[in-house]
Amino acid sequence: MTLISGKKKERIDRLAELAARDDERGVSLWQEALRRLRRNPAAIVGAVVLGVFLVIAIVGPFLVPHAPEAQLWKGEVRENIGYIPGARAENWFGVDHIGRDEFSRMIVGARQTLLVGVVATMIGLAVGSLIGGIAGAAAGLGGRWGRAVDNVLMRFIDMLLAMPSLLLAISIAAILGASLTTVMIAVGTVSVPVFARLLRGSMIAQSNSDYVLAATSLGVRKPKIALAHVVPNSLAPVIVQATLTLATAIIEAAALSFLGLGNNDASIPEWGMMLADAQRYIDIAPRLAILPALGIIITALGFTLLGEAMREALDPKLRK
Amino acid sequence: MSEQSEFLVEVRDLKVHFPIKRGVLFERTVGHVKAVDGVDLSIPRGKTYGLVGESGCGKSTLGRALLQLTPPTAGEVSFDGVELTKLAPGKLRAMRKRMQMIFQDPMSSLDPRQNVESILTEGLQAHGIGGDRDGRRKIIAETLDKVGLPRWALSRYPHEFSGGQRQRIGIARALVLGPELIVADEPVSALDVSIQAQVVNLLDELQDNLGLTYLVIAHDLAVVRHISDTVGVMYLGGLVEEAPSDRLYTEPLHPYTRALMSAVPVPDPDVEDRRERILLAGDLPSPANPPSGCRFHTRCPWAQPTRCADERPVLREIGGSRVACHFAEQIASGELRPHKVSAEIVRPEGEGDEPGVVSAPSEPGSFV
Amino acid sequence: MALLEVDDLSVTFARRGQRAVHAVDGVSFSVDAGEVVGLVGESGCGKSVTSLAIMGLLPKQPGLRVGGKAVFDGTDLLQLDDRSRRDIRGRDIAMIFQDPLSSLNPVVPIGLQVTEVLTRHRGMKGDVATKEAARLLDRVGIPDPTRRLKEYPHQLSGGMRQRALIAMAVACQPRLLIADEPTTALDVTIQAQILELLKDLVRDSGTALVMITHDLGVVAGMCDSINVLYGGRVVETARRRPLFREPRHPYTVGLLGSVPRLDAGRGERLNPIPGSVRDLLPWPDGCAFSPRCTRRLDACVGEPPELVLAHDGRSYRCVNPAPVPGLARAADAAPVPAPREEEK
Repeated sequence: MTLISGKKKERIDRLAELAARDDERGVSLWQEALRRLRRNPAAIVGAVVLGVFLVIAIVGPFLVPHAPEAQLWKGEVRENIGYIPGARAENWFGVDHIGRDEFSRMIVGARQTLLVGVVATMIGLAVGSLIGGIAGAAAGLGGRWGRAVDNVLMRFIDMLLAMPSLLLAISIAAILGASLTTVMIAVGTVSVPVFARLLRGSMIAQSNSDYVLAATSLGVRKPKIALAHVVPNSLAPVIVQATLTLATAIIEAAALSFLGLGNNDASIPEWGMMLADAQRYIDIAPRLAILPALGIIITALGFTLLGEAMREALDPKLRK
Repeated sequence: MSEQSEFLVEVRDLKVHFPIKRGVLFERTVGHVKAVDGVDLSIPRGKTYGLVGESGCGKSTLGRALLQLTPPTAGEVSFDGVELTKLAPGKLRAMRKRMQMIFQDPMSSLDPRQNVESILTEGLQAHGIGGDRDGRRKIIAETLDKVGLPRWALSRYPHEFSGGQRQRIGIARALVLGPELIVADEPVSALDVSIQAQVVNLLDELQDNLGLTYLVIAHDLAVVRHISDTVGVMYLGGLVEEAPSDRLYTEPLHPYTRALMSAVPVPDPDVEDRRERILLAGDLPSPANPPSGCRFHTRCPWAQPTRCADERPVLREIGGSRVACHFAEQIASGELRPHKVSAEIVRPEGEGDEPGVVSAPSEPGSFV
Repeated sequence: MALLEVDDLSVTFARRGQRAVHAVDGVSFSVDAGEVVGLVGESGCGKSVTSLAIMGLLPKQPGLRVGGKAVFDGTDLLQLDDRSRRDIRGRDIAMIFQDPLSSLNPVVPIGLQVTEVLTRHRGMKGDVATKEAARLLDRVGIPDPTRRLKEYPHQLSGGMRQRALIAMAVACQPRLLIADEPTTALDVTIQAQILELLKDLVRDSGTALVMITHDLGVVAGMCDSINVLYGGRVVETARRRPLFREPRHPYTVGLLGSVPRLDAGRGERLNPIPGSVRDLLPWPDGCAFSPRCTRRLDACVGEPPELVLAHDGRSYRCVNPAPVPGLARAADAAPVPAPREEEK
């Protein structure tokens, strides 16, 4: 009986070799998620939209043709006969109700909007993760004290959650007085319970997993287990949520500004405030409302697309 | 250690009861799931004790309670003469390097964000074994050889391996600390048949070479019998029979063991056609509300009107086996004949197998 | 004429930007009325995809191609439109799945789920349907059937749920029953009950049964004829006894050597198959088992092996099959060269 030999054997061994080590380094879950993200059209569209938005927000204000607060064309606005100059060579998006260049205001407004969205989300993420993380770790450590800490923190979060988010934001804005900082704090506070609950729930689920038990049986200390295993494995949903929260934060900030609780410095344009100002002129110059509204919608959509794509990429169940 | 006992592990009257809690804000305990309810067993050094039983019988909980991963409600666990249940947390942690665990699902028991090197280093770091990085590397390399994994595995992540290789990683993780006892909870049941045999053989080899003591927990009687010297059969939180592996097959004494044995399919048509099946009626009763007397009497084809329903049988020695049945001798001699049993409806407690996992563990999300 | 004749069935999943996966590649087998046929293999061998393809239950997705024929009582199931296929499904062919809980609707009482089938395919209504449903539950051994009718799936144990599912499957006295790992999720004593029930049903009603499983023990006790699958191909077909007594394909030999037997002694080493199914990836051509095979020859690489027809209806796909004598016990079938360790 001739056993396999010669060329064919070589070929088999080579194939086996290739199969075994097609790439030398291992691929971590994050790397694989990134790989999947790059293949998802929704992620690419979202990333492109956000990229453009970021560039405009960061470099735009240095390149604007006119100062956004200068009322250069005030004389041309005829409110009594319903005339506000529209798009033309020197004002691409026309002029607003007190004669300021709408294009420059949109560009500078992008930066404000991004700033509010990012800072508000950061506040929510930081405070929410801290509370959720402590509650999750306390619940995970167990014992009477652990459960007590978890209970107190979570009932507090429930209280926050019980209030309608916009109402909560309005109350905070009313207490702190109208300003851009207020908007950030208010919008951030609203998202605190979401992050807290998410991280805590995710941590508890991870604490019950076999690899945590395995680490315990190895003799690893509890705090080390929490930091090395439970937290890293609980982060994926929080990151996705942060991306999605950016979208809602932008919308909520706009809503607060629209209600007059936001930026009280009229010289710094902000899309929400621009939208609020435009409502009186909606029949004369609808573009003054449509442009900032479009801006808000497109950026919010960009964040949502990217967030959803990340959710898919990070979902262990969808991994092949 | 002044004198070395023959047994590495001795478990006395071990009980693990999980409270069933109701109520949202103010929890109250409405009952207990008696996952393990009074188990005695001893594992000789260098031997394998196999624990077999169906889902919900408490075998996994027993394994975890033995390692103090689930705190026992009552009873004693002595490991090499040290009473584990009374050990201070720091001392227990230090003991852990001497007793390790292998899990059923190699995927879920490996942290998906750790590569193999980090998985294997973690335990060494926790116990300060191996000194510096190079020392640890050497130990890890030796361990990889023992379980038959190649060096390039070190930089890889669990999801890049096949099921069988993942289980080898799990075994390596347990082995790297140089333990004396390994508790293997369903070590092969998540694997394909052809891979099962590889892992079973590996466990056998490791025992031969390293003198390990095993507690192997599985639902598959054929697997357990294959790798165990002594087999304990569990039913509803208690041991019903314990016997040397071969004796258990040739002379099963407890009615439940007989039924279990007759239910296991054998890949041989001649055997399959010849054998007589003892079909049990109905399902396993709920461990929250176990039957009185002998736990098995509601399904037992040999149940008698006297004693079975009101007196819980204790394990007693009969010709080399230990069996918990009032009428074991009469059944063995054929004096008692089986009769028909009608099935009772048993309500599921929830989804999953082990009651400990299913219904409100004492501490939700406990790391322990 | 066989009841079901599957001929050269192939299922290919082609994803954009990825190489096509041949989940099933030229599978042929036949089932006679009243016969129990086993499809055995490990995960990824294509046994479940085969059954889903026959039933037309593969999820519709771009890149899915089903080829070949599956002739049931003169009609090719693969050519039917969705509507006539639905008519056949449940009435002439019924299926039992592994996980009874996910196969039952959790918010509908058991009784209603059974009567639904009776109404759809047998035109029964009202009391008549309810009575028949109770009779069916009683037939599959569910105690106190009339009361069980009003209960929901989560109120029943796993074994009882599987019985309820079987009751639904046999509600229309189908001529063919396909059971996909019907006992894998169950405990061994409950498995014995369910297998006994299936045997009973086959004996009483003359229904043909296709049993899909990874458990050689289950097959040994139930099936008249057995098809062993590996890498999407049938590698060996035989009647029950010859298969276990004289396995010819090295994979079958390996499988039998891998299973610890209840009646074998402690300390007998198993003869595992080296490697794992993942090795199959770089072998789109040739015998899929060749990377793990200990009887591999030059001829195994290149062309897929032809089906070899042996005497008494046996067939196998192997150019170097295990010799016939002395293979009754798989343990004796020590492979020629030393087995390689799992993967390189």
